[in-house]
Amino acid sequence: MASMRDIKRRIKSVNSTQQITKAMNLVASSKLTRAKNRLMDTRPFFQETRKVIAGIVNGSKGISHPYLEKRKVNKKAVILITGDRGLCGGYNANVSKAAFSCIDNKENVSAITIGSKGREFFKRRGVNIIQSYTGISENPDYSDALKIGRLALDLFIKEEADEVYLAYTEFISTLSSEPKLIKVLPVDVSEFGNEDADDQALTIYEPDEEAVLEYVIPKYVNTVIFGAMVESAVCELGARMTAMDSATENASEMIDSLNLLYNRARQGAITQEITEIVGGSGIYD
Amino acid sequence: MAENKVRLRIVTPVRELYDKDTEMVIMRSSIGDVGILHGHQPLTTTLDYGLLRIINGDEEIKATVFGGFASVDSRGITILSDAAEWPDEIDEKRAIAAKERAEKRIKSNDESVDIVRAELALRRALLRLEAKGK
Repeated sequence: MASMRDIKRRIKSVNSTQQITKAMNLVASSKLTRAKNRLMDTRPFFQETRKVIAGIVNGSKGISHPYLEKRKVNKKAVILITGDRGLCGGYNANVSKAAFSCIDNKENVSAITIGSKGREFFKRRGVNIIQSYTGISENPDYSDALKIGRLALDLFIKEEADEVYLAYTEFISTLSSEPKLIKVLPVDVSEFGNEDADDQALTIYEPDEEAVLEYVIPKYVNTVIFGAMVESAVCELGARMTAMDSATENASEMIDSLNLLYNRARQGAITQEITEIVGGSGIYD
Repeated sequence: MAENKVRLRIVTPVRELYDKDTEMVIMRSSIGDVGILHGHQPLTTTLDYGLLRIINGDEEIKATVFGGFASVDSRGITILSDAAEWPDEIDEKRAIAAKERAEKRIKSNDESVDIVRAELALRRALLRLEAKGK
């Protein structure tokens, strides 16, 4: 049996770990509230942009634009959004795996990673990383999304990538999120849905349809990336909160069982002492 | 006259700036100012840097809009912009400082200066000051 002092030391160490996990849980949950509000603020922009693009493309039949054009896929680009830090359950691993699933040939893939966990993941697997961003995943800024969006559009236009994918984590609720892999480029309008067809036939475009598309599609790509970044940030915090909550709970359980052990050891020690004193006093002789 | 109003929404990536019924909206499109009233034909246009004027009777509110595009349909006007703000959110001192900085950059003849970026910064600063001035 472990000595009393050893058990006491363990209780102490588990206790301090528990304090840390508890604090991290609180921090994550307060950040989560803020991040959730941001997510609600970014959604309308995303939805409206989608609607306009769908309107233009569906309204003017047979419009062609480099960003809409499907090419034979030789090379792919993947944008992976993860966090910078661990201690958030399977969050980073799940989304990284989702990103990896679209890679069939490592030679033809270029990756853009956001967050150090995603960078490490691709590096270990020998995927060619052309650009990595760290320190932006917790608090995504629109200007970062702009940079990444421009890079993605560049790759696509220069034919260094025939398809651009985006892997992020979709927020369902605080307790559940789902890794997602979507195709960003070429833009596939058929997924957008078509709500009001009569409006579109009459719509005037200024300066003209091509110019508007030329302007709107990069915007759309940026918005998708930004939305995914914000959404992933919320998921990371949610995942961390859940992970830290269960860690705190586990620590409590551990402390309870260690306390039991400690008391047993204490009792044993006292009993032994009494036996020794009684034995030493020679009453029973 | 509620039936003669048009719904205006101004949305930026970080927030929804405005969502109300208005009588008239004047915006700076990339080919000139456009005024939109109730019942306008569906229109999609790109926007330039400019002041947006929202007119309700005698009342007129302004907002700065930094590019983006507007879509007008039967549901109303939706303005999607990278950035938009109310005049009272503008920090005048900062705008003046930005203007001077940009002017200096443009005049400097330094090869490392990104002229396009400096010009954009100057236009932003000028627009902010214009919004603040009135």
